[in-house]
Amino acid sequence: MMSEPLAADAVMVEVKDLTKSYGNVEAVKGVSLLVRRGEAQFVIGPSGCGKSTFLRCINLLEEPSSGSMRVGETAIEFGRGHRMSAREQARFRSNVGMVFQQFHLFPHMTALQNVMEGPVTVKRVARAQARHQAEALLAKVGLADKRDVYPRHLSGGQAQRVAIARALAMQPRVMLLDEVTSALDPELVGEVLEVIRQLTFEGMTMIVVTHEMAFAREVAARVVFMDAGLILEEGSAEELLDRPRNPRLQSFLRRFRN
Amino acid sequence: MEYSWDFSIVFLRPGNWARGFAVTMVYAVATTVAGLVLGLVCGMVMLSRHTILASPIHGYVQFFRSTPLLIQIVWFYYALPVVIGLNIPAWLAAGLGLTLYMGAFSAEIFRAGIMSIDKGQWQAARALGMMPVQMMRRIILPQATRRMVPPFVNQSVLQLKNTSLLSVVAVPDLMYTGTLLVSETFRPLEIYTALAVFYFIILYPLQRLAKLLEQRDDV
Ligand SMILES: Nc1ncnc2c1ncn2[C@@H]1O[C@H](COP(=O)(O)OP(=O)(O)OP(=O)(O)O)[C@@H](O)[C@H]1O
Ligand SMILES: [Mg+2]
Repeated sequence: MMSEPLAADAVMVEVKDLTKSYGNVEAVKGVSLLVRRGEAQFVIGPSGCGKSTFLRCINLLEEPSSGSMRVGETAIEFGRGHRMSAREQARFRSNVGMVFQQFHLFPHMTALQNVMEGPVTVKRVARAQARHQAEALLAKVGLADKRDVYPRHLSGGQAQRVAIARALAMQPRVMLLDEVTSALDPELVGEVLEVIRQLTFEGMTMIVVTHEMAFAREVAARVVFMDAGLILEEGSAEELLDRPRNPRLQSFLRRFRN
Repeated sequence: MEYSWDFSIVFLRPGNWARGFAVTMVYAVATTVAGLVLGLVCGMVMLSRHTILASPIHGYVQFFRSTPLLIQIVWFYYALPVVIGLNIPAWLAAGLGLTLYMGAFSAEIFRAGIMSIDKGQWQAARALGMMPVQMMRRIILPQATRRMVPPFVNQSVLQLKNTSLLSVVAVPDLMYTGTLLVSETFRPLEIYTALAVFYFIILYPLQRLAKLLEQRDDV
């Protein structure tokens, strides 16, 4: 669907005909997507349409049923005859950052330890260096003063910013954000969106699932609309959100206007 | 009718009491520790999806949790040597029942402790690229052990009380010492009261510890 051909290294994530079934429920029914380096790709769609499943497939938290995918220089085929070892999967995941709706910070670690954990345990980065980097990341998300605080003493917005810093600490090729503001009190949404906005300015490649349409219009490079496991329409934020062609997208957006 | 209490007879055989105390403590500590180790191993197997190994372990755990310990002890003491055709020493046979009993409960505590950790913790650890062993060591076990300590302490308290059942197979523990003294003095009220006090003195500190651990709120 891309109009002009792209140089291979201009594309950070390339997904082809990806499907995911749970028994005989097909949650993702053949999705293809190109995400360019440094761009924020937004994904919108009604509840249950398969957005989370799609995102989790990209991180191999779910094993796709068929299709193929490339992130950076790592290409993977799914389906019969294609099995990855646990080590290969782990290595792949370490290059893909994931932020969850419910934060899932490690409760037995301080904010700083949460951010250090990936580099130290997975990448075997020296402690001093990991701490240095973690401190810088906490400062970047505006939480330098919370470094020694345990997650239960953080507000939802602060916890989510720590979770973003934790994912960034792995220096991922791409960040996956799954409705990261949906569990927050309305007054805390802004501080998290501000951090994501900052990341788009810095050219972080991201795939963002969200219901924040105003935010999508403001920062998305491209948007896709998913419905019932399929991508029904894709384009720039303006094209998709202001001049939707697909009738299902039109009715989906109408619900947000009211 | 007036009963005249005479607690002085309790102190008739201090040497026997000392031995009884030592026997009770050794059995309690040894079978608790051995049972814990057994329980950890069994709990791990139950958590793994290794069905061929896991189903007999499930069977063992269910069986020992659902039958009276007294029968287990008696069975190991009298029947096991016959069944395996080996003359295993009496002290070992008596301890085996207690150990397997502790092992079954520990396995379940361990399994339940791990399972109680939120799925999101596993996902977050996997998303960072951790291998299963790293996830267990860094993320799951540190959280799960805090939850498992109170039930483990409770189970150990029960285990120490349960050693009193060893007296039925003539292991000279505290309970057995008391029973002998009763048949010598015909003073069961004083002696069983004293026994209760002895067990209380041993177990009260452990109970307090369990309470403290439960109230700890760091996770
Ligand atoms: N583990 C699972 N087992 C069976 N079905 C599942 C599982 N996970 C998701 N599904 C199904 O797959 C479909 C897509 O779910 P998914 O969570 O991806 O939707 P979503 O677009 O993220 O929805 P929401 O906006 O509510 O988060 C749903 O019909 C859901 O019931
Ligand atoms: Mg979802």
